[in-house]
Amino acid sequence: MNYFLTEEQQMIKDLAAKIADEKIKPVALKYDEEGIFPRDIVKVLADSDLFGVYIPEEYGGFGGGIFEMALVVEELSRACGGIALAYAGTGLGTYPIILFGTEEQKAKYLPDIAQGKKLAAFGLTEANAGSDAAGIQTTAKADGDEYILNGTKQWITNGGEAEVYTVIACTDRSKGARGFSAFIVEKGTPGFSFGKKENKMGIRASVTSELVFEDCRIPRENLLAREGMGFLVAMKTLDRTRPGVASQALGIAQGAFDEALKYSGERVQFDKPISSFQAIQHMLADMAIQIEAARCLVYQTCRHIDGGAKSISKESAISKVFASDTAMKVTVDAVQVMGGYGYMKEYPVEKMMRDAKITQIYEGTNQIQRNVIALELIKSQKVSK
Amino acid sequence: MNVIVCVKQVPGTNEVKMNKETNTIIREGAEAIINPFDTYAVEEGVRIKEQTGGKATVISMGIPSVAELLRQTIAVGIDEAVLLSDRAFAGSDSLATSYALSKGINKIGDFDLVICGKQAMDGDTAQVGPGLAEKLGIPHTTYVRKIEEIRKGYIRCQRMTEDGYEVIEMPLPAVITVVKEINEPRLPSLKGMMKAKKAEIRIMTADDIGADKDLCGLKGSPTQVVETFVPVHDVNSEMIEGTPGEQVKRLAEKLLSMKFMTVK
Amino acid sequence: MSGIRIIEESCIGCRLCVKACPFGAIRMDGRKAVILDNCTLCGICVPACKFNAIDYEKGPVSNAVDITKYSGVWIFAEQKNGVPEPISYELLGAGRKLADDRKTRLTAVVIGDKLSDACEKLIAYGADEVMAVEDGSLAVYNDESYSDIFVQMIRKGRPEILLMGATTYGRSLAPRIASRINTGLTADCTRLEIDPADGKLLQTRPAFGGNLMATIICPNHRPQMATVRHKVMKPLEPDYSRKGLVTRPEVSIPRETSVKVREVVKTIFEMVSLAEADVIVSGGRGLGAPENFKLINELAEVLGGAVGASRATVDAGWIEYNHQVGQTGQTVGPHVYFACGISGAVQHLAGMSSSDIIVAINKNPDAPIFKVATFGIVGDAMEILPLLIKEFKAALG
Repeated sequence: MNYFLTEEQQMIKDLAAKIADEKIKPVALKYDEEGIFPRDIVKVLADSDLFGVYIPEEYGGFGGGIFEMALVVEELSRACGGIALAYAGTGLGTYPIILFGTEEQKAKYLPDIAQGKKLAAFGLTEANAGSDAAGIQTTAKADGDEYILNGTKQWITNGGEAEVYTVIACTDRSKGARGFSAFIVEKGTPGFSFGKKENKMGIRASVTSELVFEDCRIPRENLLAREGMGFLVAMKTLDRTRPGVASQALGIAQGAFDEALKYSGERVQFDKPISSFQAIQHMLADMAIQIEAARCLVYQTCRHIDGGAKSISKESAISKVFASDTAMKVTVDAVQVMGGYGYMKEYPVEKMMRDAKITQIYEGTNQIQRNVIALELIKSQKVSK
Repeated sequence: MNVIVCVKQVPGTNEVKMNKETNTIIREGAEAIINPFDTYAVEEGVRIKEQTGGKATVISMGIPSVAELLRQTIAVGIDEAVLLSDRAFAGSDSLATSYALSKGINKIGDFDLVICGKQAMDGDTAQVGPGLAEKLGIPHTTYVRKIEEIRKGYIRCQRMTEDGYEVIEMPLPAVITVVKEINEPRLPSLKGMMKAKKAEIRIMTADDIGADKDLCGLKGSPTQVVETFVPVHDVNSEMIEGTPGEQVKRLAEKLLSMKFMTVK
Repeated sequence: MSGIRIIEESCIGCRLCVKACPFGAIRMDGRKAVILDNCTLCGICVPACKFNAIDYEKGPVSNAVDITKYSGVWIFAEQKNGVPEPISYELLGAGRKLADDRKTRLTAVVIGDKLSDACEKLIAYGADEVMAVEDGSLAVYNDESYSDIFVQMIRKGRPEILLMGATTYGRSLAPRIASRINTGLTADCTRLEIDPADGKLLQTRPAFGGNLMATIICPNHRPQMATVRHKVMKPLEPDYSRKGLVTRPEVSIPRETSVKVREVVKTIFEMVSLAEADVIVSGGRGLGAPENFKLINELAEVLGGAVGASRATVDAGWIEYNHQVGQTGQTVGPHVYFACGISGAVQHLAGMSSSDIIVAINKNPDAPIFKVATFGIVGDAMEILPLLIKEFKAALG
């Protein structure tokens, strides 16, 4: 299918695909098994300039948008959804700066991120603030030229590995959701440490850990946007990066499908390759149908966002839900097509099935996404009335 | 230090299927690629340039479309690409190729080191490197697995041998051919790819490089192919069944009955 | 003028040439074949055409020599520390047959230091004459001095055929010499025979990773040079009663070479090298972990063989590159090749499929290695290997 990518987008996709096939595929199972952070792959990605695709040119990037980032995430996820997250998680941590950063903040942080010298992370979730982000307990108290942060962020992708963190904390509890603010915190700041490293079902090559703030003092200039805009910063960021999760799901699904298709041609039962049996053929066809539909949706959503559309919450939620549900279905079916071999760790599809599950959960569960979609639908009804 | 790297375009696959009825070969969808061994040569050339300053140039001989392939080398750090392309070069064996490349390299001029891959994947002859060095009148070392030291006028490198390696010193300019152990080629960068897209590939004809056409192509090639055929591998595969213990016993019996082992 | 063209009257549009062309350089235009610009003039299409519809004109070649002034078959006898390498005997075996067919003499050229034992052996293995160049400075192979000396000898002795081993040194020396004297060189020949019609050397070699064989001649230049891989040619039974001539040709030995071999380091200490081994035990990813190569080593030791490896294990850093078998590693041809936990990618098969007997051990019954295997065992190499080691230890004492 012709997806009408620009020449540069095609170049980015091809380069990411090359890295996925040559560098990530051979080590994906090892990283999954050992659950270690893929520093060497991050180096390869940095050398390839891919960290800069969505960063404005004036800060050393290529000036692309969410679409360019999604193309990279999709290709990397085809080989390993976990390793891809070191990249995608950096995008998530960087977008608040791109969207809301001052000239000085951008000039300070974006060039290093674009060159892959620094990774980023996004700190929103807490033990009691999952789907209900308003339950954030971490506080930031103004004190002269500084803010003092206290609290613990949980399940933070790239936690401990990233150098730049954008963190949402409460500056005024009395104002509810309007009492949150967003801050940039650098690794190494006194009072900022890393807690428990999680042992996960899937995306095991991605590191997920706690961010612990104990009287952590940061300069006032690290405030993003204005006080009280933290919730908005978080929501606007997530609206933009959801297609990133969608493309991660899409890549995982594609990777599993490729394995299943290849296997079905090689595996011989009853003296025939199993791809000659209709039961298998229909499964493969269904997988392909869903993947193609997901890709068209994700790509179109990215174009919608990058085109400067004002209303993007519903669209980005739809793409995230559809692509992640697709990834789950396709990976389960890929294991089924491959039977006992699919269930074994020597073949990559059981890992892909484990990796797929998270895409239905994080950056807003698919249930929350449906809430968002429904809310927007109802809102539009009211407006049109 | 200025480095010239020789690369060759080869078919992307060596899989040759045979049409049993006509006894001819069928080659399908063979995309052209840069000879994999040459990618190590390119990487080494770029590294030497990065370490010592100077320029890294690739040179190839082939049909005009090879020019597009050479852009890949620019994407990984080569400064300039030169393609020798002329009908007069068609049908070259390794001697005629060595001659044409030597003329091209002399035309580029001002070089310290020429690097070739160990051999080409399609021909597997490994002859052009040494043949080229002879035509250039400079020393060569084959199968280099490591450059220990390189500076103006001097190189010390390790040549891989059947049971280890040798440390060899040569004056520069010289030719080396490299094995894959020497490095791990980098992937292209986006910036490199953008540069490659815009780069101009210099195409030179036999006249441009002052080559004697009598020494090029078919005319300059002492060897001729008189026949080709697809080898027949008649394998009578026998799968040995049973428990691991039984399998091993039967396999050992079969092999021992063949007396395959020379007495040691 | 040399070139190629389709004789339109004769072309019936059967497409045989299109299929034969390895470069995709022939296209059908209507019912006639057309040769495209990317033709390399390799000539493969010419014999493929059953209707003589391809006119392939080589034209007058340059630098042709008077071939009647050349006679005799020479081989380059490689030696280490005064002991001929096995390849030298294999070349003598091949050379003997060619010399007999041409009714001429077989000469071994040996360069080195302290060669008297070597000369004797080379005669026992079939040489009529041994030309020995001895000098302390020649003890270790050196591209520059060896090629200088060899070229002097060729210019004086004018052999019609010169064979060398497709060894590290042979593959360096032969092209250097061929380039200096402007003659043809065919690498890695697997068959050498004399054309009974005109006495030319027919040199057959694999191309495209062994998927195609090509027979090559060198009609107008001398010597006709070829390299031969290890284990391809059979040595004769040595006969120490054979009489032969040992000569010391007058050559000038370069006193000062610009190429200097400073050190010779051995890193592989097994009894036999991959190239020369009769038995090779190779391991692949199926071994599961690098430390499991010790089982491969052990079986190889029991069988007096060498250790091989798949590309994947070398790339993963489990074992050194010198052990890699396959297209990007070494090409081997032992009597028995054990592929343990190797799936058998085409690139691997290209490097070992000429082995006499191939034993494949792999968990996956669909692994391509079983397609070339003489004996196949579907099972875990880690389970089979210890049993095999035990079994052979018992059988071989």
